[in-house]
Amino acid sequence: MKRCSRATCAVRTEAVLVAGMAMLALSSCQREYRELQPAPADRALVETVATTSFRPGGVSTPPAVGNPYHGNAFAISEGKRLYNWYNCSGCHFQGSGGIGPALMDDEWIYGSEPAQIYDTILRGRPNGMPAWAGKIPEYQMWQIVAYVRSLGGLEPQAASPSRSDTMQKSGGTPAAPAEPPPGDRRPPQKP
Amino acid sequence: MTVDFQSVLQPAGVQSAEMARVWWVLSVTATVILAAVLVALAAALKRRSQMPSDQRLLRVVGAATGLSVLILFALLTTSLVAGRSIASLRDPNPLKLEVTGNQWWWEVRYDDSAPSETFSTANEIHVPVGRTVQIDLQASDVIHSFWVPNLHGKLDAIPGRINTLWLRADEPGAYRGQCAEFCGLQHAHMALWVIAETASEFERWRRGQIAPSVQPVPGSVEEKGKQAFLSLPCGMCHSIRGTVAFGQVAPDLTHIASRRSIAAGTLPNSRGHLGGWITDAQSIKPGTRMPAMNVSAEDLPPLLSYLESLK
Repeated sequence: MKRCSRATCAVRTEAVLVAGMAMLALSSCQREYRELQPAPADRALVETVATTSFRPGGVSTPPAVGNPYHGNAFAISEGKRLYNWYNCSGCHFQGSGGIGPALMDDEWIYGSEPAQIYDTILRGRPNGMPAWAGKIPEYQMWQIVAYVRSLGGLEPQAASPSRSDTMQKSGGTPAAPAEPPPGDRRPPQKP
Repeated sequence: MTVDFQSVLQPAGVQSAEMARVWWVLSVTATVILAAVLVALAAALKRRSQMPSDQRLLRVVGAATGLSVLILFALLTTSLVAGRSIASLRDPNPLKLEVTGNQWWWEVRYDDSAPSETFSTANEIHVPVGRTVQIDLQASDVIHSFWVPNLHGKLDAIPGRINTLWLRADEPGAYRGQCAEFCGLQHAHMALWVIAETASEFERWRRGQIAPSVQPVPGSVEEKGKQAFLSLPCGMCHSIRGTVAFGQVAPDLTHIASRRSIAAGTLPNSRGHLGGWITDAQSIKPGTRMPAMNVSAEDLPPLLSYLESLK
């Protein structure tokens, strides 16, 4: 390959640098994206979320709903704050479980998909999990979902809280393979 | 007494009076020295053709150095004396307060050895004139700084640490204070009021704050508003003593109607402002922890009437 002259080399290096920085800047935008006026309306899930893969009579599976806050560091830290504010820690402790099930292991009774966790918070589950519908604004539920998933390593490590005052799952060992969620990644808009 | 808004130079307490004195001494001295130096410079420029003898030069420089050292020591002494007299203002039996900085409001707890005499309010501190107040400053999230310029200097509120501030208001009046350490989006909207009043007025206020919330008459519009309050998510964060709302992370609303402002000094406490705040707090104070509420049109007026009745 022909070697470039000094000038063109410098230009190329600069171009690569600028492109790299732009990519970094863009990715950190999404990581830190914060919506200051989330919709106040309750956008309860219309479809019933499946907790198992069993389906009667060949019915097509309902469309998967992704967490609008997946990979959003700000939302995950807000979720962490709300997790304690709304006393989730009263039963689940800091993810280790106690009165309620643990949230940092890979056993999920009602599923680890964002929509399934959302549904668990919204409607409650038998034997103790209360329904929070009408008590916690919808966007805050999604923030809590994002934080709960980060406890088990299901959120991108770059967006998860890196340091905690309490016990924490060590980074880089997700409890289940993290996969990009289907659906819209942007937070809910005002109607 | 009417005071200029948040002026360090209009002291209303003994600590701020000391600080104002130091300020005046420093400013007057510095001004006089500046003027003297400028005059000497002008004189030197005018006589620049005549070079003084080495001996005279040595004497002038020596005298100026000696004078500078003397003046600096005098100023240091003034500052130390003021610091000492501020630090020695302690009282074995002070009025004890716990003030906690939160993003973006101040929680104020009045301590007492009897648990039934303690209570919590927000963004408003009442103190009796002439009594020493001990304020234990804390922070729940990030570093804040407590500053009421008419009464005292700043002191940081640091998470996981208690900083103690002593102050004494000598003039009755309402003094505005604010957070003096950048603490996030709404740092500018994190004010509080210190209201200094006579001992009897303070005692009446304190009795009122200790009392549980006003119970609405059954069938009244306030009763309907109370039901709305309890069915909405309000009680997840706020508490009203005497009801089942006992959230501990947002301002105590037991006597919200007795406060002069809402949202940490952002808005005056009026029915209209309260309505705007409840339905769309994020437009008024973007980023505030108060989420927008989906209150129906028939629920909002009774809810406001109920909150307005919480004197």
